[in-house]
Amino acid sequence: MTLLIVDTLTKTYATADGPFPVLRGVSLTLEAGESLALTGESGSGKSTLLHLIGGLDRADAGRIMLDGQDIASLDDAGRAALRRGTVGVVFQQFNLIPSLKIADNIAFQARLAGRHDAAWCATLAERMGLTDHLRKYPEQLSGGQQQRVAIARTLAPRPKLVLADEPTGNLDETTAATVMDMMLELVAETGAGLLMVTHSQVLAARLQRRLHLRAGQVA
Amino acid sequence: MTRAAFAALLSHWWRNPVQLFTLLAGLALATGLWSGVQAINAEARASYDAAASTLDEGRYDRLVARDGEAFAQDVFVTLRRAGWLVSPMLSGDLDGVRLIGIEALTAPAGMGPVTLGGDVNLAGFLTGGDQVFANAATAARLDGVEVLISDDLADDTAIADIGTAQRLLDRAGLIDSLLMLPDQPRDLPPLAQIAPDLTLQPAQGGTDIAGLTDSFHLNLTAFGLLSFAVGIFIVHGAIGLAFEQRRGMVRTLRALGLPLNRLIGLMLAELLVFALVAGVIGVALGYVIAALLLPDVAATLRGLYGADVSGTLQLRPSWWASGLGIAFAGTLLAGASALWGIARMPLLAAAQPRALAMAAGRRASFQMGAALVLLAVAFVLAFNADGLVTGFALLGTLLIGAALALPPVLNAVLAFASGRARGVTAQWFWADTRQQLPGLSLALMALMLAIAANIGVSTMVSSFRLTFTGFLDQRLASELYISTDSAAQTAALVAFAEGAGAAVLPIQSADVQIAGQPAEVFGTRDHATYRDNWRFLQSTPDAWYATFAGQAVVINEQLARRGALGLGDMVAIGSLTLPVAGIYGDYGNPIGQVVLALDAFAQEFPGIEARQFGLRVAGDPADFVTGLTEATGIGAGQTIDQAGIKAVSLAIFERTFTVTTALNILTLAVAGFAILMSLLTLAAMRVPQLAPAWAMGMTRGALGRLELLRAVMLAVLTAALALPLGLALAWVLLAVVNVAAFGWQLPMYLFPLDYARLGGFALLAAVLAAGWPAWRLARTPPGDLLKVFANER
Repeated sequence: MTLLIVDTLTKTYATADGPFPVLRGVSLTLEAGESLALTGESGSGKSTLLHLIGGLDRADAGRIMLDGQDIASLDDAGRAALRRGTVGVVFQQFNLIPSLKIADNIAFQARLAGRHDAAWCATLAERMGLTDHLRKYPEQLSGGQQQRVAIARTLAPRPKLVLADEPTGNLDETTAATVMDMMLELVAETGAGLLMVTHSQVLAARLQRRLHLRAGQVA
Repeated sequence: MTRAAFAALLSHWWRNPVQLFTLLAGLALATGLWSGVQAINAEARASYDAAASTLDEGRYDRLVARDGEAFAQDVFVTLRRAGWLVSPMLSGDLDGVRLIGIEALTAPAGMGPVTLGGDVNLAGFLTGGDQVFANAATAARLDGVEVLISDDLADDTAIADIGTAQRLLDRAGLIDSLLMLPDQPRDLPPLAQIAPDLTLQPAQGGTDIAGLTDSFHLNLTAFGLLSFAVGIFIVHGAIGLAFEQRRGMVRTLRALGLPLNRLIGLMLAELLVFALVAGVIGVALGYVIAALLLPDVAATLRGLYGADVSGTLQLRPSWWASGLGIAFAGTLLAGASALWGIARMPLLAAAQPRALAMAAGRRASFQMGAALVLLAVAFVLAFNADGLVTGFALLGTLLIGAALALPPVLNAVLAFASGRARGVTAQWFWADTRQQLPGLSLALMALMLAIAANIGVSTMVSSFRLTFTGFLDQRLASELYISTDSAAQTAALVAFAEGAGAAVLPIQSADVQIAGQPAEVFGTRDHATYRDNWRFLQSTPDAWYATFAGQAVVINEQLARRGALGLGDMVAIGSLTLPVAGIYGDYGNPIGQVVLALDAFAQEFPGIEARQFGLRVAGDPADFVTGLTEATGIGAGQTIDQAGIKAVSLAIFERTFTVTTALNILTLAVAGFAILMSLLTLAAMRVPQLAPAWAMGMTRGALGRLELLRAVMLAVLTAALALPLGLALAWVLLAVVNVAAFGWQLPMYLFPLDYARLGGFALLAAVLAAGWPAWRLARTPPGDLLKVFANER
């Protein structure tokens, strides 16, 4: 079953030097449970594409069908609902809520989505090796630990699609490998699709498919 | 979703308790100062209302004896039989309470006890039973009479039937005055025919207590607002900083699917919860402030205007509502720009790091533009403001404009200093200070407003005091002031004084209406005392000679302004019409005054005899009083020397400004608190900025000392800029607001020593506020500084 269809998507940003086309007719598809790596140089439009699919930004033209729903037709509230329930985003900068304890951070998105499952959250924490840190605050954890919290938070509401934007970009090689192992394992278990932006060819190779972007187009 | 998101938003405050404390304390202090002032005002107004509902004597014309004595009640009967609608009154002291006797059946509607509590025997009151009405506090002081409680009555006042009052005061068959009811029948026999010994005193509607004291309350309200503004600066700073720090959280919340309108709603709800908590604390704080200040306010109003205000405080719903309302309004005002910024922020733009300084930099040009516009408006108003509304508009535009201009001006000064700095530490210090400016600017604006308010008010008070002292020297030139009880005593005084070579200057007056304004007319004997001591604001040559010759009058500034009278304009006093020859300053007097020659006065007001006299005594006044007592029986209790009058007058005056001085001190304390809280809040953000300097060889102690020096230096610069603003504020108060509120203008004097002392206090506040954060910084563990480089913070 096709989870995601992106069809001739374009996006242009206004810059001081005039309009800058970031995406120029990008098309792709993703099946349910499939993982896809998006690679490309800096400025090739990878993150922009991820933001558009996640409903964080609006495309100028083209179509995004996610789980049978056209994202372009959604208003702000509709796209917010999409982010709550259908999509989970793992950011490079972790973006945990600094004033909430780790346990609350893990459960947070599931609570927002109204799908909080304490047992599942506990499982995620255990699988991510966070059980001893649940009563701590994010600032008391290392970068690798914080990213594991962010992944657990993303998976807590069991999203249909996980979007990951350079999820290990801030981590050392060893830690990055560990975190990736955990993420891929859990995503596969939940049956979610995974679309991951990465510079690393090594990480990209671990996903089922790879798509290379160059100057806003699929190479 | 809502619960989870709200909990996340609130968690920020639990993790940043100093910020939460700053916000709540700032709002509570602001609300406290405001509601304290409102409590005082509400209490005073309630007292006036009680006084007015008790006995609104000033609203009616009255018939009094020409000699000022009590007169026979039979006159009342005669006048009523002739058709005149009059009602008798008698008042006197009973156990320290003012007992007023009225005749309930003929008194104007609305006079007397309004709300009677319990089972009241009204028939007993009407038939002259020994019943007295008073409020509960006053009733406790009345022994031996049956007191019925009526809470509407003013403090220290009791009402009784006139017969009862005559009996209790031991003045059988006598009354003080007859109230003339409005709308008298036509074709009544003339008063001069049926009551030749009585004279008509016109109503003094324009000088009722509430009217007189309105200006005083207006000043209090203005200072309450200024204090509130200082507090709101703190709140605005705390909210702005908290929202700035929560941009990351806001971005995450939205990215995780929280709709924007829900987010704004939750943030608004969060602010309103804080407003409610701080508002309740603030109103309680205001109660304490009001309770501490109210005795002084009551004494001031009593001394200055004769208005009786209860010295104790009651919890009134109106100022509870006012306090909570202002807390909500202030919070929304302070948080509006932050909420607006969040509402307009694109979701992805939020992900970009926005330093406080960058945001402030973008605001700076807009802020300077707004400041220039406001200062331009203030400049225009300075030459055109002629009323209270425009006067306060001038104050508002001047203060807000100057506050907005402060950060850009300080930035320019720091940029100049930075350019001149030699040595790497100095260069880093100035550059780092400029970087700190946005975070401290709101606290510095609060400090500037507080210092300016202090300078402005102290200049006004000191100018008033200097002028008033000089004025007392002029107006109280006689060595002795003596009052007499009867015409016989007056004759004995005059005879003794002439024998002793002393000049007797009678002080006699009548209440009239001139140019539509209530005024007093004084008859003045020709004497050098007036020519030598009175100073005119404007006069024709030989103004006193023309006045003493009965060819002119001199008037006070209040009458000149309110009646639009100038030199040469004609003034009608009864059958006399005379030109104005001079206008004199008459500080502190609420109503107009006219001085005319004694003969002209006697001709126009033939029944009024002088009962008070100024005496110019060549020798020792004490010897004169001793001789006078031996020769005439006029006791020392009837005499008062000039020094005594001056002391009483100055004492009244000093109390007038006790309240504003207390508010000033509180305002300065609030500004000091703003600096402390800003520095504490910024302290955590300072570590990444200071760590590189530490890593490059500066000690933590040196960094702490430089932090202290920075705060002190900024406070000194702010104080220096506050000086011209404070002087401008003083000028507006003296030349615009005072004229509009009181009717007279005060000369402005400068008091450099006072300003230096204020600067010292501001410096002390800054040192105290910066000391703790600097000490904490100097003791920052090296491990915390190292984390900056380990990217693990």
